[in-house]
Amino acid sequence: MSPLLFWLFASLTVIFGAAVVINRNPVASALSLVVSFLGLAALFMSLDAYFVGIIQVLVYAGAVMVLFLFIVMLLNLQAEERRRINWVATAGGAGVAIILLVQIALTIGRFDAARKTFPPLSESTTDDVRNIGATLFRNYNLPFQIIGVLVLVATIGVVLLSKRESR
Amino acid sequence: MITLGHYLLVSGVLFSIGFAGVMLRRNLIIILMSLELMLNAANLSLVAFSRFRVDSNGLLNYNAQVFVFFIITVAAAEVAVGLAILVALFRARQTTDVKDISALKF
Repeated sequence: MSPLLFWLFASLTVIFGAAVVINRNPVASALSLVVSFLGLAALFMSLDAYFVGIIQVLVYAGAVMVLFLFIVMLLNLQAEERRRINWVATAGGAGVAIILLVQIALTIGRFDAARKTFPPLSESTTDDVRNIGATLFRNYNLPFQIIGVLVLVATIGVVLLSKRESR
Repeated sequence: MITLGHYLLVSGVLFSIGFAGVMLRRNLIIILMSLELMLNAANLSLVAFSRFRVDSNGLLNYNAQVFVFFIITVAAAEVAVGLAILVALFRARQTTDVKDISALKF
């Protein structure tokens, strides 16, 4: 992948990710999150992870974002009124996040492998989805079934939670 | 050239943004969105490591990508349950602000 495209999609992801936190209107935050996830999907594809990029678009930019927008619409949320910002608390929260970022950057800086470029790939005879499916069903069959149970439990839990209790 | 460190740094910046969102925002929906940002930052570094370490025959090692698949599934379930709790909370209290939900505050 050309460096230009990397910087384009990386800056798209980071700028719109910051817009999620900065926007006061929940709808604008949700739409910024969609753009951020699309940039992230492009980054996945630049790493030859085509299947993960596709499910990133389908699951996040599709399903999860529709869920968020639907809830924002259902609850009829307005933009937060501009109340007095507690500057001490804001500076404290931002300070902790910046300390975390500096720590991550220092760790990456001391990590020797981080300075190496990605090794070339030889041409695969089978496609990406087939390889992932083979790994998933051969090596990770039990976790896959457990995750099925998790999704079932989550579905039942959501139905129970959103049911109006009758008194 | 783009190295592994570039992708890890983008992942770290995205994680820090999500963390700052959880620390700074008071709207529960925005906090859930910031949690999604953090999960996706972890996914990005997993995929980068997966691409960095190829097998001896020069093919991709798919273990990390399967892990990302699991994370995406769990995150989708988590969002569904979180938003259902949010709707139940809104019905009971007519608010999504964490400042108004302080019954368990010490």
